[in-house]
Amino acid sequence: MPPKSSVPPLLRPQASVMLSRVAHSLYWMSRYIERAENLARLLDVNLQLLLDFQGFTQEGVEQHWDSILLASGDEEQFEKHYKSTDSRSVTEFFAFDLRNPNSILSSVYAARENARMIRDQISLEMWETINELYLYLHDRTSEEIWTTGAAEFFNNIKRSAHLFQGLTAATYSRNEGWEFIEFGRYLERADKTTRILDVKYHILLPSATDVGGAIDTAQWQAVLRSASALEAYRRFYVREILPWKVAEFLIFSDSFPRSLHFCVAEIDSYLRRILGETGARPRTEAARLSRRLLADLQSLNIADVLQEHGLHEFLGEAQKTLDQIGEEVVQTTMFYPAESELGEQQQQQIQQQ
Amino acid sequence: MSLLNSHYELGHFFDEMFASCDQVRPHYRRLSERLGTLPLKEFDQRRAAVDLAFLRRGVTFTVYHDNAGTERIFPFDLIPRIIPNSEWQRIEAGLVQRITALNLFLDDVYHSQKCLKDKIIPAQLILGAKHFRREFMNFTVPRGIYVHICGTDLIRDAQGNYLVLEDNLRCPSGASYMLENRSAMRRAFPNLFQSYGVRPVETYGDDLLKALLHLAPDHNDKPNVVLLTPGVFNSAYFEHCFLARQMGIPIVEGRDLVVRDTRVYMRTTAGLVPVDVIYRRIDDDFLDPTVFRPDSMLGVPGLVAAYRAGTVALANSIGTGIADDKVIYAFVPKLIKYYLDQDPILPNVNTFLASEPLDRKHILENIENLVVKSANEAGGYGMLIGPASSKEECAKFREQVAANPRNFIAQDPIMLSRSPTWCDGQLEGHHIDLRPYILYGDKITVTPGGLTRVALRKGSLVVNSSQGGGSKDTWVLQGDQ
Repeated sequence: MPPKSSVPPLLRPQASVMLSRVAHSLYWMSRYIERAENLARLLDVNLQLLLDFQGFTQEGVEQHWDSILLASGDEEQFEKHYKSTDSRSVTEFFAFDLRNPNSILSSVYAARENARMIRDQISLEMWETINELYLYLHDRTSEEIWTTGAAEFFNNIKRSAHLFQGLTAATYSRNEGWEFIEFGRYLERADKTTRILDVKYHILLPSATDVGGAIDTAQWQAVLRSASALEAYRRFYVREILPWKVAEFLIFSDSFPRSLHFCVAEIDSYLRRILGETGARPRTEAARLSRRLLADLQSLNIADVLQEHGLHEFLGEAQKTLDQIGEEVVQTTMFYPAESELGEQQQQQIQQQ
Repeated sequence: MSLLNSHYELGHFFDEMFASCDQVRPHYRRLSERLGTLPLKEFDQRRAAVDLAFLRRGVTFTVYHDNAGTERIFPFDLIPRIIPNSEWQRIEAGLVQRITALNLFLDDVYHSQKCLKDKIIPAQLILGAKHFRREFMNFTVPRGIYVHICGTDLIRDAQGNYLVLEDNLRCPSGASYMLENRSAMRRAFPNLFQSYGVRPVETYGDDLLKALLHLAPDHNDKPNVVLLTPGVFNSAYFEHCFLARQMGIPIVEGRDLVVRDTRVYMRTTAGLVPVDVIYRRIDDDFLDPTVFRPDSMLGVPGLVAAYRAGTVALANSIGTGIADDKVIYAFVPKLIKYYLDQDPILPNVNTFLASEPLDRKHILENIENLVVKSANEAGGYGMLIGPASSKEECAKFREQVAANPRNFIAQDPIMLSRSPTWCDGQLEGHHIDLRPYILYGDKITVTPGGLTRVALRKGSLVVNSSQGGGSKDTWVLQGDQ
């Protein structure tokens, strides 16, 4: 009998494994970039929408932003720091406010910090792109952007994020790290698509009188544009924009890469590889949850969702499941906390010759 | 208007480029011709492009005493420091001689201590030294090498003689800047390189990897080498990433490693993978909380036991700090004679030891004319430049030296050589030093070049990056001009 060892056998061949800390950072780097890009698009589209409809009353504007705040899940944070709800304050909160851990600025800073921790693992091109985006944001004040035009600013962020994702696909090896990058990206995207769609639910709720009117159509268009889905929708249906069709498209499309169904299919496949789930029945809770959500998205239709679940409830459930999946995977593949403490930072600083 | 039109003062220093006001040294001739024809505007554009490239690539260091952890680029001067081949040959031979002797010294100190018995060095200087690791007495290090990576600081006196200012035998930093500076200069002046015949420094990464692989156990044909960093908050974190990327090895933090059955493993997503060689950039004190500082959060519990068991190699070895102690420095010429029976090729700066009664008297009486250094500080901290300091500062150091003589040395102030440096819109002579990098593996390699650090504050003698220093590319020529 061989001597007992306290070191368990590896789950994979040695050549393809990576440090848990590195996997963790890749996952968060990817999530934060996707988050920043989604937020930039959401803000851009909605600021544009309000410009197109100068006739909105102040109350209308407030209602509009309220619904976006509600859908984001960050409304409590906002209320804590801001007195009034208007385009300026909401943009400030979502784009620049470092007190909001999910703002564009916070996300890009966090993405870069994660990239810096694994600087040796990613390509020079990836690092340069993320660092340039950071430098670009670092040098600007919201005052400047507000006066020179926000559209170009948001465009820059979106383009940098796309460039980063494109360079990642072009320069990062298809190893386990790639699985964490993609897993994080689709998890974030799935969450954001549900929230973009939920915005309209909140807008509709207070007064359903204007259904089918010009503003209503523009708002549903804005929902599609917030998910970069307007043209894809038109090509797919070749018809006018109808609320339940928009919901159907963003939830169930199996070809549009931002639909909930598409994202969850990707999540499920990367998650199986990360957790080594090869059997017919899932072994882990994360795999069970993702397969159940995927099954729902494959088998339900929009009528089921609207009549049996209710759109808002259905989206809320999906968000909760996505959170649980992410948490589970992080817990299973990471053995230790990734944050360093202040005392540790000071010790790190004194090593120098 | 070109760069060389401006008024340039030589002062009483050795100038690297100008032998006299109107005479350029032969190895600088081609550079001066190029600078003579380069319009100022174009020079400025290239300078801005290089700075921007450094910022974009994240070639930065972190400034402490600042909660935000500000990252700054290491200021870079476009005028290179040029060393002709014959000068370099001598430097190289001197460095090889020095590291050979220091390695023999370390082996002796941790084994039979012949040099103490023969009274080459007073025993109390070794046994009472902060960096002496008695835990490693009679421990045989892998391949008998203590110092695998060494950065030795050289300066030139008023006659242009190269002198050793200090040895860095623990975790010397800066090699990444040597490489990044070269790549920046290649982009800024591509043609000059072709015509000049500059020896490449790009071999450093490969040589470093070879030196590390040399330490792996014989039977292992695919050893795992890692770089152990203190973490992202360390000022040299950029360098750690840079070198790890050059070698294609993983960069790990203490928490990524774990010791089981006196074997070091890294924690991966698939489980524990064994580690064979660690290029550590953490000081001895922090390596292992179970042996050295118990409050260390950067180290790996059990690492030292694994090292002792011979299952993992460390570069540099533990306990090398005893040989770069500023007091031991004073004895290195003697040590070279003792171990190699040779005269030192590169002399020391004239040094007084506060622990020796006669020297101490001299220091205390002449402190305002001396440079006083505390024995164990690095980075330009804990030192007094007598001629440039106030009466109060001198008095304070005098008290400290009298109270704790073992902890201080003093040196004659050296007229560090100067090199033309672009500052505030004109070319001025600024003081420089040179840190070449020596790798000790299968054989000893000195990378032709190094990090030339320059004091950017006019007249300043302090070249450390933490104190307003910058750097230059260092060109070692194939020939002499």
